[in-house]
Amino acid sequence: MNHDAYPDNYIRGILNSVKSIAMVGASPVNVRPSYFAFKYLAQRGYDMIPVNPGHVGKELLGKPFVASLSDIGRPIDMIDIFRNSSHILPVVEEALTLDPLPKVIWMQLGARDDVAAAKAESVGIKVVMNRCPKIEYGRLSSEISWMGVNSRTLSSKRAPAPTQGMRLSLNRMSVGGGDTAASDRAAKNKSEQS
Amino acid sequence: MSDRLPGFSTLAVHAGAQPDPTTGARATPIYQTTSFVFNDADHAASLFGLQAFGNIYTRIGNPTNAVLEERVAALEGGTAALAVASGHAAQVVVLQQLMQPGDEFIAARKLYGGSINQFTHAFKSFGWNVVWADPDDISSFERAVTPRTKAIFIESIANPAGSITDIEAISTVARKAGVPLIVDNTLASPYLIRPIDHGADIVVHSLTKFLGGHGNSLGGIIVDAGTFDWSTGGKYPMLSEPRPEYHGIKLQETFGNFAFAIACRVLGLRDLGPALSPFNAFMILTGIETLPLRMQKQCDNAKAVAEFLAGHSAVASVSYAGLPSDKYHQLARKYAPKGAGAVFTFSLKGGYDAGVSLVSKLQLFSHLANVGDTRSLVIHPASTTHSQLDDAAKIKSGAGPDVVRLSIGIEDKEDLIADLEQALGA
Ligand SMILES: Cc1ncc(COP(=O)(O)O)c(C=O)c1O
Repeated sequence: MNHDAYPDNYIRGILNSVKSIAMVGASPVNVRPSYFAFKYLAQRGYDMIPVNPGHVGKELLGKPFVASLSDIGRPIDMIDIFRNSSHILPVVEEALTLDPLPKVIWMQLGARDDVAAAKAESVGIKVVMNRCPKIEYGRLSSEISWMGVNSRTLSSKRAPAPTQGMRLSLNRMSVGGGDTAASDRAAKNKSEQS
Repeated sequence: MSDRLPGFSTLAVHAGAQPDPTTGARATPIYQTTSFVFNDADHAASLFGLQAFGNIYTRIGNPTNAVLEERVAALEGGTAALAVASGHAAQVVVLQQLMQPGDEFIAARKLYGGSINQFTHAFKSFGWNVVWADPDDISSFERAVTPRTKAIFIESIANPAGSITDIEAISTVARKAGVPLIVDNTLASPYLIRPIDHGADIVVHSLTKFLGGHGNSLGGIIVDAGTFDWSTGGKYPMLSEPRPEYHGIKLQETFGNFAFAIACRVLGLRDLGPALSPFNAFMILTGIETLPLRMQKQCDNAKAVAEFLAGHSAVASVSYAGLPSDKYHQLARKYAPKGAGAVFTFSLKGGYDAGVSLVSKLQLFSHLANVGDTRSLVIHPASTTHSQLDDAAKIKSGAGPDVVRLSIGIEDKEDLIADLEQALGA
């Protein structure tokens, strides 16, 4: 997978197929991006599991925190890692000990670890880096267009009005892939510099 | 679902617009409302805290305006956009995100006269200091860079003389200085030039001109290219630092490559207040659907009119980058191969008086202070748009006393030429 520019079909396939998502680094503080993303994905019908050893014994939007991936005790489809790039590798290594393996490892906006990604991909796990699943879901469903964001999709079909808890259709016509050519170029230049 | 990039004309009609979820209306409805109901207190709190997508109040966002925003973002190849009340409002909102009192920005000397005024006078009172550079001498931008420089501002095709700016060369200077390049793309429109493809980080427009295209609605827009890293060096605290007005959110961390557009909305538009009326957004959206058709016709007409004027005995010179003899012709071929725009100037051998006489005799051209209308327009910049500049600054910005500016419309070119011929001849 080219981690500088994901085709929409790759992201769409992931968001259409996964049901359970363990969020590593989920925060109970309601101004943190992980809190926003957790809440949004839960509202869109995903089975969300907050993973954060600092908050065991507490709940996030009614879901109990677990200390680590191995404490979840049931199969999970996707791991969404809300940690800096330097903390990614141990999380991925722990994920690779799970049985069954997760289908997808997703690293948040700003997080990228190509070594960890290669390890996961070598055992057939799909990897997404430096993206936010909330933004991608909002973009592919065009819900994010409310904020003037370029969804990079078109549709001449009437969509149902979104309501609380509803899954939205992500099957719109893509116009050239996950991000704009210019922003992909900029991200690539940045990752080459660092 | 294929990942296929549709052409510009398809995006001009479709991007951002989908049949209305409630009624099935195919044209974008005018959501003429100030406010939107919340589902419950939690929904309201999520919206106010920027945690959920949705509508609150039309000063912050409106569904009609959102279609316009996504459409222009798609046409420019940006990640997101924000529509505001005018082109001038777009410029204030952009710079408010970048500048602290005492900071500097570098601007090309060849700009719309109103922008020269805004930068020189209004911005000075905010403590934002403009430093002028010459777009015909790229090294003048390099020399203008100081540790307080926060941005560089240029026009792609400059008002009034239609000169073409070397966007790539100036973007190299901006990148080296670690500041974003802002390009006012009003006179080119994305049909002719997409500045983001040439290194722009932010694009602004007066939608009032070619995008709206019919001379009926004011508007402005800001497009985020998604290319600039706002976190380096703490130079842009509006984007990189926790925002007290939103309980400590960091915008770049939360919104990634469209954080600048969000900052303009939630820190700029929300607090400064220049919201675009949804009715104007609707008018401008309707205009954009025919942008490719109008713009091509206007460029073709402009070339024919410029050629006619260049051959006329009363005309001293014509500045139109579409003419092979023009100083900017090579840049036009590089940046705007479909046409060099529809706004240009010419000067009359008879000087100031001949300019005044020409304007009074024209029958089809309207004498007014706008450009980018379906109708052809004429103005004498020295006595109007550029009148507040001193004589030296007038000449430097291409608006000397003998200069007349035209904005060519979509009429039949033979009729435009005949009108100019009678007005020049008699
Ligand atoms: C190049 C350019 N930029 C900005 C503006 C300002 O736009 P508005 O009048 O919509 O505020 C104009 C208006 O003439 C213009 O020509």
